[in-house]
Amino acid sequence: MKRVEAVIKPFKLEDVKDALAEIGIDGMTVSEVKGYGRQKGHSELYRGAEYVVDFLPKIKMEMVISDDMVEQVTSTIVEAARTGKIGDGKIFVSDIEKIIRIRTGETDNEAI
Amino acid sequence: MKRYLLALLALPTIVFAEDTLSGGDTAWMLVATALVMLMTPAGLALFYGGLTRSKNVLNTIGMSLGAYAVGTLVWVLVGYSIAFGDGDLIGTGKVLLSGITSDSLTGTIPELLFVAFQGTFAAIAVAIASGSMIERVKFSTYIVFAALWIVAVYAPVTHWAWGGGETLNFGEMDFAGGTVVHLNAGVAGFVVAMILGRRKDYGKVAIKPFSPVLVSLGAALLWFGWFGFNAGSEVAADGVAASAFLVTNVAASLGVIGWIMVEWLVYKKATIVGGASGAVAGLVAITPASGSAGVEGAIIIGLVGGALGFWGVAKLKNMFKVDDSLDAFWIHGLVGIWGSIATAIFIADYAMADDYNMTSQLVSQLQAIGLTIVYSSIVTAIVYFIASAVTGGGRVDEEIESRGLDETVHGEKAINL
Repeated sequence: MKRVEAVIKPFKLEDVKDALAEIGIDGMTVSEVKGYGRQKGHSELYRGAEYVVDFLPKIKMEMVISDDMVEQVTSTIVEAARTGKIGDGKIFVSDIEKIIRIRTGETDNEAI
Repeated sequence: MKRYLLALLALPTIVFAEDTLSGGDTAWMLVATALVMLMTPAGLALFYGGLTRSKNVLNTIGMSLGAYAVGTLVWVLVGYSIAFGDGDLIGTGKVLLSGITSDSLTGTIPELLFVAFQGTFAAIAVAIASGSMIERVKFSTYIVFAALWIVAVYAPVTHWAWGGGETLNFGEMDFAGGTVVHLNAGVAGFVVAMILGRRKDYGKVAIKPFSPVLVSLGAALLWFGWFGFNAGSEVAADGVAASAFLVTNVAASLGVIGWIMVEWLVYKKATIVGGASGAVAGLVAITPASGSAGVEGAIIIGLVGGALGFWGVAKLKNMFKVDDSLDAFWIHGLVGIWGSIATAIFIADYAMADDYNMTSQLVSQLQAIGLTIVYSSIVTAIVYFIASAVTGGGRVDEEIESRGLDETVHGEKAINL
């Protein structure tokens, strides 16, 4: 079992979600986050005073999938979220030790 | 106003006694007074409220509202008497509006209406000054300051310019309050900002305006009210009032253009906060000249006013280390000085006297500017120290400053999401 975390541009959320739904991913957790990487921030100007905004808004989506889906999921996200411009984001894949579905008590792959 | 002023200075009682009430003038001045009223608790409140940080919006609005309420009270109690009572250095004899009845006239309008009209000017003057002090001055200190300032600073300066004072009247042309209101308030704000010291965050972290939307709306309401301020200063519904109305509108528009143009050249951005500030700068610049400048003059006065306002807040301000939070000095003081000087230079044919001498008029303007700066600086400082002593210190403590005054002082928030 793997956890896939993808930090993407906010306006790409719908595209990525739809693309993932097509390959059978039917659950995820999404949060609005802020951060910066190579894109850095932008500046705002009020009465001649320039303020640099360091942290840019991003969307972080998380999903837990079975090992055999990793390749397909990551390539789908890359395809749907890519604009080719700086700031497209990153994907992190990590191991998951255990899953429990609270309602039924099912565990691991059955609970995905 | 010049014509009216000269008459007022020379023979006040006789002129008033001979005049009869004009229904047209009175109707216009009733409306003009209501227009100027709108400038403080709506126009300035939103303009300043939008520029301050989200944790201090209500406190900032409260200073305009409080200035208006307290200013109105002080004005009818003693302010009007000092400003427009009989006397040379200060006016007397009209405390509590004594002797003024509904039959008393000022020119061709009821004197009670003139009291109300001039009261709105006193209130906005001290509200303008609040822009320099926000985010750190104590609300109680400011309210006491506002009351004392109108009595000790605003009313005397008004008396010298408009109320019959002779010794300290240098023959300045100030139709609607370029030095009396704007320079006076700008200097007062700057002095208090200097005494209060800088905000903790000033120059260290980003201080971003709560809402440029409110800034735009506030500036538009100021613009709207300014028709009453300038065209109303004719105290009659006539051609000069119409001219003042038109040049006010032209100068405000050119202020927008002037500010945004320079901002574009320097930063490659046309900001809306800049455009709104430019409108106010253009309006400040035309104020003393509104009863004498023509449209050509208004174009230059407004354009330079807007550009100068931008240069003041974006460049010149950084050379001083004073945290004039919302730039009251730069937009009302610096641009007010420009307006006062420009008044002597750009005069329409209708207002040009045959024996007009620009050099001597410029000297008069500079003398009035100098007197206003010196008197306002010194007496504002004294008034502030008294207000501060009465209220147990003029500045909020560090924790309140960092949490914001809305929550801590007023127990409210500007926005509850």
